[in-house]
Amino acid sequence: MIPSDFKYTKEHEWVKIDGNIASIGITDYAAGELGDIVFVEVPKVGTKVQQTKPFGTIEAVKAISDLFSPLSGEVVEVNGEVAAEAAVINKDPYGHGWIIKIKYSNAGELDTLLSAADYEALLKKI
Amino acid sequence: MSLEYDKLIFDLSSPGTEGISLPPLDVPNVKADDLIPRDLLRKREPDFPMVSEPEVMRHFVALSLKNHHIDKGFYPLGSCTMKYNPKINEKLARLPAFTEAHPNFPETLVQGTLQILYELSEMLKEIAGMDAVTLQPAAGAHGEFTALLMIRAYHEHNKHTPTKVVLPDSAHGTNPASVAMAGFEVIQIPSNSEGRVDLSKLAEHCNGDLAAFMLTNPNTLGLYEMEIKDIAKLVHNCGSVLYMDGANLNALLGIARPGDLGFDIVHFNTHKTFSTPHGGGGPGAGALGVKAFLEPFLPAPIVAKKPDKKGNMVYNLDYNRPLSIGPVHGFHGNTANLIRAYCYIRHHGGPGLREIAEAAIINANYLRSKLSRRYDLPFAGRSLHEFVLSGNRQKALGVKTLDIAKRILDFGIHAPTIYFPLIVPEALMIEPTESESKVSLDNFVEVMLQIADEAEKNPDLVKGAPYNTPVSRLDEAAAAREPDVCYSC
Repeated sequence: MIPSDFKYTKEHEWVKIDGNIASIGITDYAAGELGDIVFVEVPKVGTKVQQTKPFGTIEAVKAISDLFSPLSGEVVEVNGEVAAEAAVINKDPYGHGWIIKIKYSNAGELDTLLSAADYEALLKKI
Repeated sequence: MSLEYDKLIFDLSSPGTEGISLPPLDVPNVKADDLIPRDLLRKREPDFPMVSEPEVMRHFVALSLKNHHIDKGFYPLGSCTMKYNPKINEKLARLPAFTEAHPNFPETLVQGTLQILYELSEMLKEIAGMDAVTLQPAAGAHGEFTALLMIRAYHEHNKHTPTKVVLPDSAHGTNPASVAMAGFEVIQIPSNSEGRVDLSKLAEHCNGDLAAFMLTNPNTLGLYEMEIKDIAKLVHNCGSVLYMDGANLNALLGIARPGDLGFDIVHFNTHKTFSTPHGGGGPGAGALGVKAFLEPFLPAPIVAKKPDKKGNMVYNLDYNRPLSIGPVHGFHGNTANLIRAYCYIRHHGGPGLREIAEAAIINANYLRSKLSRRYDLPFAGRSLHEFVLSGNRQKALGVKTLDIAKRILDFGIHAPTIYFPLIVPEALMIEPTESESKVSLDNFVEVMLQIADEAEKNPDLVKGAPYNTPVSRLDEAAAAREPDVCYSC
């Protein structure tokens, strides 16, 4: 089950909006496809990120993938728990497995994200 | 001996046991501290294990049983071409004339070795349709990197500074790595619906900024690039270089030559194509063949054949190569592996090499036709020496490709390459090579069909595999991130 109040991207990232802060992680589907996640490389607090551009990498046993930022903005917090033990993402992708929080700078970009229903439809097509 | 055997040689040590008996000392006994300053001497005796010869033999044989290797069983590792290494080549490469030669010997004392290196270069030129060869690179990826440095040198010599190298999304991972290492920007283009190069996507990047197009042919799906002539024309028309990743050259041996197809450079994986030993961190060999216009940039030295003062033909090392990118390896590359490749080529001869390619292709197609009834085959059509199945059908039942691969181990067979190429979901990349008999292929088919049955009727059995290996599922995340490789720390 995917959280219905989150937003999603077709690159399988999720976004949770809380005021002007967006938490970002990867979906359960993405974590399952990657397999055992070993390491996450994340930007430092204060780094500017841009919508659709890579902000870090995620390393699983079978592959390394880019993490694409769903929104533009500035990193305000990095999940230390995930940085220390990336497997948390496999266990709890929508909760403890969040990766970064950003202060997003362009509210208009929110409209480009997928709703939970849209994302579910996308998964059905895969 | 049990597969659970897990002792260290030190665990077997018992004081006083010796593996060798030395003859009585026939020179005066001198104390170490009479010869070496006391502060440089170790304080304690070294902790050598004290074991007898049979104990040593049994120990290492027991450990070797825990491994899988081509001498023990089938090894259908797609893209890696795990073919049998004929023992005659091992024997010849171990001749003292090779093993006891020093790379600094004067040329006059190593004419035989130089002759072999020269003749191997000539044979590789003939096989690939190229004009010149370097034997220096120590592996296929090292060959790629060397080639890209040469491509850079070539463009710069012509006052061009293109910045981009294009490759398809089915490329080996070493390709983009080599491109980045050589300082170019990697541009990846999507394959077309057949799994081949999409000419229109390639054309978008064919301009003055394109340094090279890197292509594996047959590609990593085992498919021949039917439009290779048009690809070559497109790339050459914009002044760029067409590179062939020769990892799959074993499918073309004696049938088609990269140089005739329009490629300007090709690397040879001698371990794949010419059955020299493979991987394990040991020395490899990845020669590189080039067309004449790139010859000046080859690494120096090159083995040359010239008349001496008396008019006799002798072999020497040509260092006088002003445009060379310089050496990429100490001396002349990993010579012992090159000697094995030379023996393999000489042993089979031209017609034999063609038969090798044909047998590899027939074996792969036999397996493909048998297995595609029960496993998905996303890119249909005849393959060459390898093919890529998808475990999607099994995944729908809860059994992932990783589980299938683990289950294969229970039958004494190495798993195929999995999850590569990236454009096939749940990929199972299978390459039987020409080494296998029909009996061995049929056994593999039986195993794969049984696993397909198990995935339907008893998925938990597959998901819990392997059962017959020294250890079952490993914690791969911990192995990657927190490896414990110390004996006593």
